[in-house]
Amino acid sequence: MLGYIFKRVLYMIPTLFGMSLISFLIIQLPPGDYLTSMIATMSDSGQAVDPAQIERLKEIYGFDDPFYIQYLKWIWGIVSRGDFGHSFEWNQPVSGLIWGRMGSTLVISLLSLLFVWIVALPIGIYSAVRRHSISDHVFTFFGFIGLAVPNFILALVLMYVAYRYLGQSVGGLNSPEFAEAPWSLAKVGDFLAHLWIPIIIIGASGTAALIRVLRANLTDELHKPYVITARAKGLPEYKVILKYPVRIALNPFVSAIGWVLPHLVSGVTITAIVLNLPTAGPLLFRALVSQDMYLAGSFILLLSALTLVGMLLSDLLLALLDPRIRFN
Amino acid sequence: MTDPAEDVVLSVENLSIDFRLRTHILHAVENVSFDLKRGQTLCLVGESGSGKSVTARSLLQIVDRPGSIVGGRILLRNGGAVTDIARLDPDGQAMRAIRGRRIGLIFQEPMSSLSPVHTIGSQIIEAVRLHSDLDKRAARAKTVELLRQVEIPNPDQMADRYTFEFSGGMRQRAMIAMALAGNPDILIADEPTTALDVTTQAEILDLIKRLQVERGMAMLLITHDMGIVAEVADDVAVMRFGRIVERGPVDAIYHDAQHPYTRQLLASTVKLTRHVEGRLPAVAVASQPLRPILSVRNLGKTFGWHGKTNSLRAVDDANFDLYPGENLGIVGESGSGKTTLGRLILRTVEPTTGSVIYHNKDSSEVEVTSLTKKELRGFHREVRLVFQDPFASLNPRMTVKEVIGDPLVVNGLAKGKVLEERVAELMRLVGLDPMGMERYPHAFSGGQRQRIGIARALALDPRIIIADEATSALDVSIRSQILDLLLDIRQRLNLSFIFISHDISVVRYFCDRVAVMHRGKIVELGEAEQICTAPQEAYTKSLISAVPNPDPRDKRMLHRHRFVAPVL
Repeated sequence: MLGYIFKRVLYMIPTLFGMSLISFLIIQLPPGDYLTSMIATMSDSGQAVDPAQIERLKEIYGFDDPFYIQYLKWIWGIVSRGDFGHSFEWNQPVSGLIWGRMGSTLVISLLSLLFVWIVALPIGIYSAVRRHSISDHVFTFFGFIGLAVPNFILALVLMYVAYRYLGQSVGGLNSPEFAEAPWSLAKVGDFLAHLWIPIIIIGASGTAALIRVLRANLTDELHKPYVITARAKGLPEYKVILKYPVRIALNPFVSAIGWVLPHLVSGVTITAIVLNLPTAGPLLFRALVSQDMYLAGSFILLLSALTLVGMLLSDLLLALLDPRIRFN
Repeated sequence: MTDPAEDVVLSVENLSIDFRLRTHILHAVENVSFDLKRGQTLCLVGESGSGKSVTARSLLQIVDRPGSIVGGRILLRNGGAVTDIARLDPDGQAMRAIRGRRIGLIFQEPMSSLSPVHTIGSQIIEAVRLHSDLDKRAARAKTVELLRQVEIPNPDQMADRYTFEFSGGMRQRAMIAMALAGNPDILIADEPTTALDVTTQAEILDLIKRLQVERGMAMLLITHDMGIVAEVADDVAVMRFGRIVERGPVDAIYHDAQHPYTRQLLASTVKLTRHVEGRLPAVAVASQPLRPILSVRNLGKTFGWHGKTNSLRAVDDANFDLYPGENLGIVGESGSGKTTLGRLILRTVEPTTGSVIYHNKDSSEVEVTSLTKKELRGFHREVRLVFQDPFASLNPRMTVKEVIGDPLVVNGLAKGKVLEERVAELMRLVGLDPMGMERYPHAFSGGQRQRIGIARALALDPRIIIADEATSALDVSIRSQILDLLLDIRQRLNLSFIFISHDISVVRYFCDRVAVMHRGKIVELGEAEQICTAPQEAYTKSLISAVPNPDPRDKRMLHRHRFVAPVL
């Protein structure tokens, strides 16, 4: 098992390297760079552009270097001193900007994942065991709504409800009065009160998908001979189902760790913008628009690293859960 | 002796089970009655769909929905007390206390009847603790003891292994250990050896019998194999269409059967214990020695490439000739390489070594192993395959006409009216009504589907047919019909068969010569009659003697030859 983990971590290194190369390549793809977009903005607003200063900036940022030199400088900075480069738009080091955003992204991801698990597991089991019952049809109906309605519309509806009927301040993760305040019990309470909307919205489609997957998997397993064996032993029915078929139908739950992170960043950017969440999505979006290349590149790199870690975790958990995977 | 009535531990009286389907009610079991006596074995015999498994499951109230007991009583005796199982709540505490504790259950498929993600030990420990107040350590000690009783070597270590690390026979042993965990006084074994090889089957039946005698359990053994019944039963109940048609002591059933169905069942079983009469292969009646149609020389296949330790010689140095009009049987247990050998001849699996020489009609020779892809198609036109599973081998979205006519269409040999006439002719040849050619395979029974598969193989006028376990999925009465059909076709079309099977009785009935395979090698090759009555090699002896004999007065399995394979 240790050897397996070691091997997996080792495999991650070339993958990460390739990903960094690709993410750097992608942000270089659009024509021009940050300076051209800055010059365009400045001339639009009638400001004089000093060619000498442009040249100086170009030299500082190394925009005239060939692609691979720029890449090597960037990656060397990350590997040697944890320096992700400089954000042109925010005029501060990328690392300072990124960690706060990544932290909140991670928190919201994990909480949404927990939400998805907690809701999907019992409903999925219930739907499979009582297949074609009225409650199964009701869950199925809501499941399809969760899958079909775009997240940002759900977000708008929930925000309206929270504001109109619950009198909450909506948007962001904190009320305005706590935004700059140091962490305190009251701020945590306020934070939690804000949290439910994004978690429900982000988790909705994932929950619906997992319920369907679990229901289908469990339906297949429920009539396998080993379930009858367990029943013939004299186990109570709930134990028969929870210990045997559910255990085997659980694999997609664990795999969910692998996809929930990238989904959260790329898939729910619009939701995050609508809800004004301080997650990575909106910032990445803005960085891409303004060609703030180091910021965007670092985001993409970190997110892919997180995805890799998520995949690794889910694979390890899968191996822990299913001995058949462990032994192959 | 005590009063015989006291020996009855369970009596089923007029049991009826219905399945409420969407369109109608299916009477799966009707008015079934029998008694289970302490230390005695009752065999419930019947072909697929006769309701025997449902009956067994109803004793534990684990019939799947929408089935339910609609009438009758299941009386479980415990000293003086009598419980009617049919009246207990299936989810109730009282019912659960009977499951495992009073009645143990063993199933057909040892592959899937144990959880793949729990260790063998943990599953048995669970059963032990469910019916006793032992702590974890004591339960584990009991589990190890149980595994030892079912003759699993190194039970202490094996308890921590997973199901997929056990062989089929070992899994069935573990399953038996689990069924015994609650010390039940009744054991239900539902086709416990159907999925196993004959030698493993003999060992498992021995084991079950020994444990039953030691513990004085009553046993209900469900099987379709009249040979097994003769070997182990005290009493027999024959089921058909949900009813028991005949019931009695084993000797009376076998030697004085009253009901025509019982006699038919016995006749089709007994028929397969001899070689077919009156039909000689062309090779035997030919005046001069014939030239073989197919010669296999030094054929071998090695799987894996990690040097010697990790490679598997699936087929090792196979040599044989197939003569025109001959049926050559290839028998062996699972993993012996018989299926691979068949595939090597067709080159659907590429051989590692050796040659296959095919003699054309114009008596030119073809080296099959060096044919190009295009030439191979020509070869495949003359050598056809019939598959094992009549359900999986027919495309459910094609009509019978399309299925049978497909080889003709693919090879551009016929279309339109001509195709239709050819298909009708083929259907008549295999005993099917050509009126059914527009129907889809699901409208046909297993035996009829296998006939369709045979008609498809015959479509291109082949000279050789390779049949891989072509009758294994069929009930015994259908099985002999299909074999007779194949014999008849052979006579009419002068075909040669390579008949791959694990079932020695089928091979004995159908084949002229038999090759016995063991661990990739052909260990013995000879006349079918000689192999089956006077085998020479130790392995063949053990194989033949493990086949149950359908005569309770001559139980062959009890004094069979045991063969211990040398460690490789």
